[in-house]
Amino acid sequence: MNAPETFALELRDVRKSFGKTEIIRGSNLAVKAGERIAIIGPNGAGKSTIFNLISGRFGVTSGDILLHGRPISGLTPFEINRRGLARSFQVSNLFTRLSVFENIRCAVLWSLGYKYAFWKFLADLRDANERTEQVLQMIKLDRRRDVLAMNLAYAEQRALEIGITIAGGASVILLDEPTAGMSKSETGRFVNLIREVTVGKTLLTVEHDMGVVFGLADKIAVLVYGEVIAFDEPAAVRANRRVQEAYLGSVLADAQAAEAGH
Amino acid sequence: MSQHRLIPKNASRWLVWGLYAAALLVSPLVFTSSLSLTMLSQIGIGIIACLAFNMLLGQGGMLSFGHAVYSGLGSFFAIHALNWVSSGKLMLPVSLVPLVGGLFGLLFAVLLGYVTTKKAGTPFAMITLGVGELVAAMALMFPGFFGGEGGISGNRVAGRALLGISFGPQVQLCYLIAVYCFVCTALMFAFTRTPLGRMLNAVRDNPERVEFIGYSTQHVRYLAFMASGLFMGIAGGLSALNFEIVTAEVVGAARSGAYLLFTFLGGALFFFGPIIGAVLMVLALVLLSELTQAWLLYLGLVFLFMVMYAPGGISSLIMMNLRLAAFGKLRQLWTSYLALAGLAGVMLVGAGAMIEMVYHLQLNQALGPQMRFMGATLNAKGFDSWFGAAFVLFTGAAMFELTRREFVRQWGRVQGEIEQTIKQREAAA
Repeated sequence: MNAPETFALELRDVRKSFGKTEIIRGSNLAVKAGERIAIIGPNGAGKSTIFNLISGRFGVTSGDILLHGRPISGLTPFEINRRGLARSFQVSNLFTRLSVFENIRCAVLWSLGYKYAFWKFLADLRDANERTEQVLQMIKLDRRRDVLAMNLAYAEQRALEIGITIAGGASVILLDEPTAGMSKSETGRFVNLIREVTVGKTLLTVEHDMGVVFGLADKIAVLVYGEVIAFDEPAAVRANRRVQEAYLGSVLADAQAAEAGH
Repeated sequence: MSQHRLIPKNASRWLVWGLYAAALLVSPLVFTSSLSLTMLSQIGIGIIACLAFNMLLGQGGMLSFGHAVYSGLGSFFAIHALNWVSSGKLMLPVSLVPLVGGLFGLLFAVLLGYVTTKKAGTPFAMITLGVGELVAAMALMFPGFFGGEGGISGNRVAGRALLGISFGPQVQLCYLIAVYCFVCTALMFAFTRTPLGRMLNAVRDNPERVEFIGYSTQHVRYLAFMASGLFMGIAGGLSALNFEIVTAEVVGAARSGAYLLFTFLGGALFFFGPIIGAVLMVLALVLLSELTQAWLLYLGLVFLFMVMYAPGGISSLIMMNLRLAAFGKLRQLWTSYLALAGLAGVMLVGAGAMIEMVYHLQLNQALGPQMRFMGATLNAKGFDSWFGAAFVLFTGAAMFELTRREFVRQWGRVQGEIEQTIKQREAAA
């Protein structure tokens, strides 16, 4: 529906300094609607910082971030969320003393227009409750609906984290290391789950696990020292001379190993 | 799919609310002495105030050190409104005067809350403390409105009596308070079931995440603060009618502290906790303060032990034991409870004797060293009395500690059994 030149998400020469240290040094990225992007890079490259800038947790020092062609830099996280961007966190960030069901329902309320209503009962909000049930089934936690978030197993907490992120129906989804800390078999199942729940969405993930990267991503962005040095399809990225020079070490070896394993 | 589970849940809800209404209705008929009617009136007012306070503390994670500002200012505006009704300047039934208090509680929550709720956590608590001090200082600076040291007095028998209800007799006011108490409790409970009420819980648990699901935490806090201010103001308006005098201390730090302390004692984690807290508040302020000069010390000790050993307050203790009862495990523990209660009583006797002797020496020296304590005559300057009291205290404490250790083991075992049962049920389902 967008004109062909508008991207779902676009970063234009984004810079971010903390004190005198420049962490993000002029990053450019243009993501088309419906693309699935994995952002990879060595530790300290600024992957999580990029997510924090896009989602409004930090302000940019200079440069522009555009969501569906409209600038969002300088907006608060909730304003950015209302424009259709949602994110998950590397460390599960849940409403610990609320049940699984309530966690998801909180995340659908704004998108359905209930805002700060105190004249309606939650139990009567049919659309919100249906949407919540639907998300619970998608993330396969419908049988755990009454358990407090703090009492969930680790993998379940990760699933709830994703559930909260997608529940509001945002069109651009950022997942920060969704499979961090999971076992191999859990990771496999989880990648399938992520693929299912993000059908038709624009997806950006930060990921260390190369198996996940190749399992999920149409394109890979390589971030080194706060710059996007390559942004292309997986095969092209691997062949890229700059990537090999800057970022040859263990991660690429992992990548090849993971590819061989596929 | 959850339908079949909801029906009995609703039935028990009707039962609970029915019992609550019945309790409010019947108590003034059972306890008819003027002291008990005064206390019941104060309990009704306290319930509204503590529940309103808990909208912030328990449901929103906001610790206010200055919430008497909103009930207190509500009281002042209500007493002025009452005096206008008396002098014929304002046409308003006396029964609606508390709503004037509520209106101004809300108004000041809108004004002062805007600044207060800009921050959460410790800065929030600090700002409430500052605002509380500010208003308390102002109350003494403007004697025209606040009445200076003497306060503002009024007469609730004003305007035309409706259906013979003049609110002159305490019992009539008691029922007015009961009506307000029930309606306000129901409204505040309803609030917890609304989108805003739930988002307030979310803000309490994880403000950061709330910002990433479309909500402004500041806005949620501000709206909750206003709702709390409204109900605090209503409580203030009722207390203006009840006492017919409002002095500057109603906006003071001591009153704010009492709301905090008793809401916490009752328990902030459950909706009904503050109701228990309010009952305790009136019992302590009216009865305990009559019983002993050292009542604040006892109160402080109770608060201290509650914070250390049962931070969920009395309501969470009740809920934990209801859970045990639901699994049929309460029978295993009741002997331990009995022993613990008995030994706590022994300790209290020992400690109480020593505390009372200290107070006697400090405050009642003119009466000589002899004093009465629980039917016995103690000599506050005699070695025997001190030795006896210390002996009782330390024996009690030692036996309490032994019993407590045994109880902790028992408790752990029972909880383990319950976990097992739950797992078996889940596996069977």
